[in-house]
Amino acid sequence: MDNFFKDTPDFKFHLEHPIVQKIVKLKERNFKESEHYDYAPLNHEDAIDTYGKVLEIVGEICAETISPNAESVDIEGPHILNNEVVYAKGTTADYKALYDAGLIGMGLPRKYGGLNFPLLPYVMAAEMVARADAGFANIWGLQDCAETIYEFGSEEQREKYLPRFNRDGVTAAMVLTEPDAGSDLQAVKLKATFDENEQIWRLNGVKRFITNGDADISLVLARSEENTTDARGLSMFIYDRSAHAVEVRHLEKKLGIKGSPTCELVFKNAPAELVGKERFGLIKYVMALMNSARLGVGAQSVGIADAAYREALKYAEERAQFGKYILNFPAVYEMLTNMKIKIDALRSLLYETTSFVDISKAYEDAMNERKLESEERSEMKHYMKLANVFTPLIKMTASEACNKIAYDSLQIHGGTGFMSDFPIERIYRDARITSIYEGTTQLQTIAAIKGVTTGVFLEQIKVYESEVSDENGILKKLLQEMTIDFETISKKVIEQSNIPLLDFHSRRLVEMAGNIIMGYLLVLNNQRDTKFSKSAKLYVNLVKSENKEKYDYIANFEAENLELYKVTEAKINVEVEETEEA
Amino acid sequence: MRPLKIIVLAKQVPDTRHVGPDAMKPDGTVNRGKLSTVFNPDDLHALELALNIKDRVPGTTVTILTMGPQKAADIIREGYYRGVDNGIMISDRRFGGADTLATSYTLVQGIKKLAPYDLILGGRQAIDGDTAQVGPQCADKLQIPQVTYVEEILEINDTEIIARRRLEKGVETVSAPYPCLMTVHGSSPKCRSRHAKSVMKYKYARSKTELRSANEMLLSLHEKRQYLTIPEWSVEDIEADVTKIGLAGSPTKVKSVESIVLTAGEAKILTSSDTDIEGMIRELIEHHTIG
Repeated sequence: MDNFFKDTPDFKFHLEHPIVQKIVKLKERNFKESEHYDYAPLNHEDAIDTYGKVLEIVGEICAETISPNAESVDIEGPHILNNEVVYAKGTTADYKALYDAGLIGMGLPRKYGGLNFPLLPYVMAAEMVARADAGFANIWGLQDCAETIYEFGSEEQREKYLPRFNRDGVTAAMVLTEPDAGSDLQAVKLKATFDENEQIWRLNGVKRFITNGDADISLVLARSEENTTDARGLSMFIYDRSAHAVEVRHLEKKLGIKGSPTCELVFKNAPAELVGKERFGLIKYVMALMNSARLGVGAQSVGIADAAYREALKYAEERAQFGKYILNFPAVYEMLTNMKIKIDALRSLLYETTSFVDISKAYEDAMNERKLESEERSEMKHYMKLANVFTPLIKMTASEACNKIAYDSLQIHGGTGFMSDFPIERIYRDARITSIYEGTTQLQTIAAIKGVTTGVFLEQIKVYESEVSDENGILKKLLQEMTIDFETISKKVIEQSNIPLLDFHSRRLVEMAGNIIMGYLLVLNNQRDTKFSKSAKLYVNLVKSENKEKYDYIANFEAENLELYKVTEAKINVEVEETEEA
Repeated sequence: MRPLKIIVLAKQVPDTRHVGPDAMKPDGTVNRGKLSTVFNPDDLHALELALNIKDRVPGTTVTILTMGPQKAADIIREGYYRGVDNGIMISDRRFGGADTLATSYTLVQGIKKLAPYDLILGGRQAIDGDTAQVGPQCADKLQIPQVTYVEEILEINDTEIIARRRLEKGVETVSAPYPCLMTVHGSSPKCRSRHAKSVMKYKYARSKTELRSANEMLLSLHEKRQYLTIPEWSVEDIEADVTKIGLAGSPTKVKSVESIVLTAGEAKILTSSDTDIEGMIRELIEHHTIG
C-alpha cells in the first residue's frame, strides 16, 4: 500500500531532531495527562512513536484517497446549490476519510477532543495532504481556526466550538478579505453592531475571496467601532453557519486549487460572538491566525514542490528520446537534482521554523496555567523573535521555490506537460497561488527584512556556525564567506538610512540570509545523517553563486537609480479618468 | 432495532504483493520467515462490513477472532485501531499445519465459546490458500445459514439481514435469519483507516505470550489497563479434540508443488449459441485436440 509518510523518510528524520525533546516536554506538560486519557503519551519516546503512527495514517489516506481523487476534484470543483457550497464528490470523500480517522483538530488539547499534537507533526501532515492535493489542503488546514478560538476565545466559547472539530468534523474559514481590503486589511469595512436589546453582535457587509467561505464555523474580521478607519477599529467574531444569515453570492473561477471554494459572502444581519477584546481583531488575533496560515502555506508549498519533483522524476525515468531515457541528459538531471536539493533545504527550514513556533506557543499556553520562570520567559521571547522572522521567510521562500520547481517539472514533461494528461499541469496551476495568498511574497519580505535589520538572522546563523563540526570544514568555510558578504552588504544598505532603498533591496537581502540559513541546516542535517551530504554540498555551491550575484547587484547599485525605476502615478490616474468618461 | 453481536474471522497471511526472490523454498513450499505478513485483504473488507453495521445499529459489538502464531496479535491490534470492541487469539503450537477442515473446526470451537452471536463475517478467501472453504465449513459445522460473496448489506431488521451478493455475471439479493455467516467479496467497500485515538489507545495491546518478553513499563501498564491484554485461547480453552486440529486433523496432504509459468493468451468466452459451439469444435479439430 502506498504511503506518503513511509515514502518520505525525512519526516522521521525531522521528528528526531534534538529540539523536539523540548517541544514534546512543554506540550505534554511532563506527560501528566496519561493519567486521565488512555490515548495520551507516557513519555517522550511514546509521543514520538505516536506521531509517527498517526502520520502513517495521514500518509495512507493521502496516497490511497486524496491523491487519487485530486484530478476529479480539479475537474468537478465545488458549486452553489440553494445558497450552500457543495464540494466536489472527491473533496467530501477526502474530508470524510480524515475525519473518520480522527484527524480534525489535531492540535487541540485533549480536553476539547483534540490529539494535543505540537505543530511539528501537524505541519508534516499538512505537507503530505498538499502533496496529495494542494487545493484540498486548504479545506483541511483551516482547522487552524480552532487554534485561534483556543488561544483567544473565552472558556465558554472553547467549550462550545472546539469539541465540534474532532467529534463532528466541522469545517472552518477565516473571513478577512474584502473587495477593497486585500493586503491592506486595515481597510476592512464589514460592519459589526451590538444589538442592545438582544445583547448580541450583528454583522453586515460583503467579504470576498474567502477560502471555504461556507464553512460551519467562521472567524470574521469586522469593524466594531463606529467612525474609525484603521486597524484599531477592528474586532474578531465567530459566526456559526447554522444561523443561515450569510448569502454565498458567488464562487470564483480560478487558475488553480479549483477544489477549494473561493466565496463571495454577504452578511445579512448575521449573529456573531466577539472573540477576545474589541479592537484587537487585526492587531493581535488576525496576526496570530495569519502566522499559522503562513506556516501552513509554507507546508503547502513544500508539498507541492515534492509532488512536482516526483512527477518529473517518474516521467524522466520512463521517457526515452534519442535512444535513451531523458533522465540521462545533463540538462534534465541538473534540473531534477536542483529540485531535490531545494526540497531538502526547504523542508529543513520549514521544520526549523515550526519548531520555533512550537516552543513559543507552548510557553504562551503554559502561561495560562502558571507563572513562567525568568529563564523560561527569556527563552519564550527568544523563540518568538525567531518565529516572527522565520515564518515569513519560509512562506516566501517555499512558495517562490515551489513555483520554480513546478515550472521545471513541467519543462521536463515537454509538450506532454502542457496538456491535461499528466498531474503536473494541475500542480503547476495549483502552485501559483502560494506566493500570493496569506500575504504576497512582497508583504512577507516586509516582515522578514526585520530579521536582517535587527540582526536576528545573523545571530541565528552564528548559532548554526558554532554547531558545525570540523568534518564539514569546507562547507563551513564557504558559508562563513557568504555570511561575511551578507553582513557587509546588508550593513551598507541599512547605513544609508534610505527606506525606499532598503525596501528595494529587501527581498535580495532576505533571500541571501535564507540561503545561508538553509545551507547551514543541510550541513547540520548531514552531521546527523550522511544521506544529506550530496544536498548539503550541492546546495551550498549553488546558493553561493546566487548570493554572489545579489551581492554584486546591491554593491553596484546607485541609490539615485531608484528614481529611474519609479513609475509615475499621474499617468495611471489619467487613464482611469478616461476609462470612466468612456 | 436491537444491537447485534458480530464476530469477524480474520487471518494473517504472507504479503504476496511484495514477494522477494527467496519467498519459496527449493521444495516449493512457502518460506514464511522471508515474507512479511499482512491482514488478509478480503478479511479487511469483512471487518469494514462489520464496522459499517456497528455504525448503523447502535450498541452493536464487533469481536475479531483470529487463529495463528504469536505474530497474529498484529491482526487483533489492527482490529482495535479500526474500531472493534474485542479481540481474541486462538494460538497454540498444536494448531499448526492445519488445512481448511482443521481450521474451521478450531474456529468453530472458538466461536462456540463466544456464543450467543448474531452474525459471523469473514473474507471470501485468504490470499495464501485461495480456497474460500473456511467460511462455508464454519457455517456448516455451526449449522447456521451462510451467504457467500456478500458485497453490501441492504437492510438489517430484528429478524433478518438482507445482503447483495456479487456473482460472476450479476448480483443476487438474499435474506438470511440470525444467526448466520457471511463471507465478504473484495468488491465491497474497502476498510476504513485506523483511527488516530484508537491507535494511541491500543498500540500497547499485547497477547499474554508477547507480555512474557515485555519490559516493566509495559507490564505495569497492562496491570492498570487490562483491556490491553489480548486473550489467547489454547486447545484446552476451546475444548478442542486434538485429533481434529493441526496436522493430525488435516486430511489434505501436499504431494508436490510445481512452478508453472502461464503462457496462454487472452481467454475467450463462448455462449451456448450454435455458431459459437460450431466454431469451437472446428478450432479443436484444427488444433488436433479432438478428432
